Amino acid sequence: MQHLLVNFIGGAFAIASLLLLSLGLAVIYGMMGVINLAQGEFVMLGAYTVLFTAAHGLTLWLGIVLAPVVVGLIGILVERGIIRFLYGRPLDTMLATWGLSLAFIAGTTLIVGPTTEGVATPFQHLTIGEYSVAVYNIFVIGIAAASFALTWFLFRFTKIGLLARATMQNAEMVAALGVSPPRIYMLTFGFGSALAGLAGAVMAPLTGVVPTLGMAFIAKIFITVTVGSTAIFTGTLAASGIFGAVESIVAFLSTPIYGQVAMLLCALVLLRVAPQGISSLWRRHG
Amino acid sequence: MAPTRLSRTEFAIWVAAAVAVVGLPLLLPIFSIVQLTVFLIFCLLAVSLDLAWGLAGLLSFGHAAFFGVGGYAYGILAVNGLATPAALLAGGISGALLAGILGYVAFYGRVSTIFLAVMTLTVTLILLQVMGSTADPSYRIGSAVLGGYNGITNIPSLALGLPLLPSIELGPAGFFRFVGGFLIVVLALGRLMTFAPFGRILATIRENEQRTELSGYDVRWRKLAVFAASGGIAGVAGGLFASWGNFINPEVFSLSQSAQVVIWVLVGGRGLLYGAVIGALVVQALTQYLGAIGTAYTALVLGLLMVAFVLLLREGLVPTFLRLSLILPRHKTPA
Amino acid sequence: MMVQTESSTPLLLETRCLSKEFGGVHALDGVNFRLRRGELRSLIGPNGAGKSTFFKILSGQLQPSKGDVLFDGKAIVGLPPHRIARLGIGIKNQVPSLWDGLSVYEHFWLAAYRHTGKRGAMERADRLLQQLGLWQKASQSVGTLSHGERQWVEIGMVMAQEPLLLLLDEPAAGMTEEEVERTAALLRAINTEASLIVVEHDMQFIRMLEGLVTVFYQGRVLMEDTIDAVLADAKVREVYLGTADSHG
Repeated sequence: MQHLLVNFIGGAFAIASLLLLSLGLAVIYGMMGVINLAQGEFVMLGAYTVLFTAAHGLTLWLGIVLAPVVVGLIGILVERGIIRFLYGRPLDTMLATWGLSLAFIAGTTLIVGPTTEGVATPFQHLTIGEYSVAVYNIFVIGIAAASFALTWFLFRFTKIGLLARATMQNAEMVAALGVSPPRIYMLTFGFGSALAGLAGAVMAPLTGVVPTLGMAFIAKIFITVTVGSTAIFTGTLAASGIFGAVESIVAFLSTPIYGQVAMLLCALVLLRVAPQGISSLWRRHG
Repeated sequence: MAPTRLSRTEFAIWVAAAVAVVGLPLLLPIFSIVQLTVFLIFCLLAVSLDLAWGLAGLLSFGHAAFFGVGGYAYGILAVNGLATPAALLAGGISGALLAGILGYVAFYGRVSTIFLAVMTLTVTLILLQVMGSTADPSYRIGSAVLGGYNGITNIPSLALGLPLLPSIELGPAGFFRFVGGFLIVVLALGRLMTFAPFGRILATIRENEQRTELSGYDVRWRKLAVFAASGGIAGVAGGLFASWGNFINPEVFSLSQSAQVVIWVLVGGRGLLYGAVIGALVVQALTQYLGAIGTAYTALVLGLLMVAFVLLLREGLVPTFLRLSLILPRHKTPA
Repeated sequence: MMVQTESSTPLLLETRCLSKEFGGVHALDGVNFRLRRGELRSLIGPNGAGKSTFFKILSGQLQPSKGDVLFDGKAIVGLPPHRIARLGIGIKNQVPSLWDGLSVYEHFWLAAYRHTGKRGAMERADRLLQQLGLWQKASQSVGTLSHGERQWVEIGMVMAQEPLLLLLDEPAAGMTEEEVERTAALLRAINTEASLIVVEHDMQFIRMLEGLVTVFYQGRVLMEDTIDAVLADAKVREVYLGTADSHG
């Protein structure tokens, strides 16, 4: 029983961290049809925000609150400076953000050096019978669920969320209502970047912080978003669920690297079965 | 009939290039020849990407994966004593197979070009991690120790020979000529294909795939064919690279290596094939110059270069140059 | 008026209960449509009536939610677009869809090549340049052409396939009056060898085509008759104008 509970928490953590890491790009891709290859570097910059606040003797919580703000602003700058010139050219957007990703990694390395820095985990371990579970992992599950719910609420029930969804459907109509679609795109991109920053901040105590941090996550993020396709919520949730489970089971049986290989193979099969994204399996006209 | 065809000037340029490949080893010191050889291998890799991207509009973000898989296949087989030309062929086949599998999922599933780019990049990243995790000496295939991030060492150089006779190692000059010759053959065949009906149909797929299908052409196998060929040539380039340095390590699967291939073609310009060659040479020269300052600076400059070309010089150097000098060949009709 | 309605002519195309739903919206709702060999049919109907969706299903660009399409006696639902094209259905979509970097000549040549091989493709391309009056623009890339010329290039590409059935979605849109007349004459000439279905809004143009008219409304066939009968019908006037008593 205790064994089951511990395994359940482990699986839930794998799924939740995947969801948290992928949600930002899922929003950007789902809303704007754009893949940001520098998304991993946004995660990395979020982690550095936490490291920076910790180095100044401030609490981790402040870093976690600050990271989405800082990275969201960087995202808006990137959108204004690069992305907005490339709307309607998704491959060019990918190329440009790839260049940006290289530049971010190199730039960070030049400023702070290539070494891995640690951030202290604020919680201790919780004992369940003869097993112990890191309380911080449960905290990550909570944050992932909260960000997912908040994002869903934002797009479903607020005016700005409604406008964003309307812009995705028909930008001209929204423009006719007196709302500028470029402004909506800018905010959407900023929001997606902020989510990546939050993910980086939350994961930092678990992974350590290094300029190439984004590369550790980006393969998983791409797989999840690709298979989740444009269904931001159902698709990403389902894809995170499947891949989180596959990864943690295979990683448990062999090594974390084969966990990622299994994810990839699983993704290739899913893409062949459901090229329009995983949600098309249960929505006939998704 | 061909809607456009190879000009006489261009034919003359290919002949001149062939003469240069044969003659250069007589003029330059061995050190320069060895250095030039690896440049030519990179040119081959760039041309292979342009075959898919420039001709058919299929952008692979993981061309380094096909290159690396070819290199590893060559290394593993050559270390295990297979004749090196056969190992090189196997390198090409491995690259083509990997490209074929990814292409099959993408083209027959009709997933968008964005997904093709993302999936190829993901495969590269995972190969990097998988090959990097093989540091334990128990990871071996036959007598080839995979060696984790150190890679496979002591890979035999390419040796050519006739059956039944002992084969002879090519030496730096011979290897240079072999690589150069192969590059010219690929370029010339690629250029001929550009003007042949198959190449023109690829161009229509690049311009508007829907129209091509509505005209009765099956675009799926055509895309798969050119993508697999592109992966195969990248695989051969990888095998040549492993032979050149007598080693191969997971660095070939790194994100920056994949980005480099794309940058070569982006800078040189797409669709002409020789534009990719010029791009690879220009960027490699720049990389060597910057490498003296520091690798992080190289990555920073290459990254910014990529952003700048996408935003400001989308066509690339060679097509821009051709357009500015007004000698861009107009589509001629034999009317 | 030369209207072919003889029931002795064999059917070329038949749809049964054809329906298409997009996220709860019925773009097509049980369309039963029949076209005889040699017919030149016009489709009219207000925007959103389902005409373009109908064409996209016939050409394999969309899959129907329900229903069958029989072309020349064969069921074609589920076939990929290139297979349908090879069976003899050629389509010009509403928005001209061309290969922008390529020349006019190449468009015709490549459209014909699939069906004729090299030599035949040259002959067909030359003939089409002549017939469409695009001879002087043969080597221009189609990106530089006017809207009307682009329409002709796409019609010419469909002709180059020599299909049994041509589906033309708004072939005269954006053309001058003179160009419209030439297009109508061209379609009548094509009709001597092939069947056509033409979607148009311009009633003058439809009158010039001299064929039966099918009216689509809200994904269904509202009526099918000669142009004069259709225009005189109260229901059609209501659908088009909102009120029964305004002029057309």
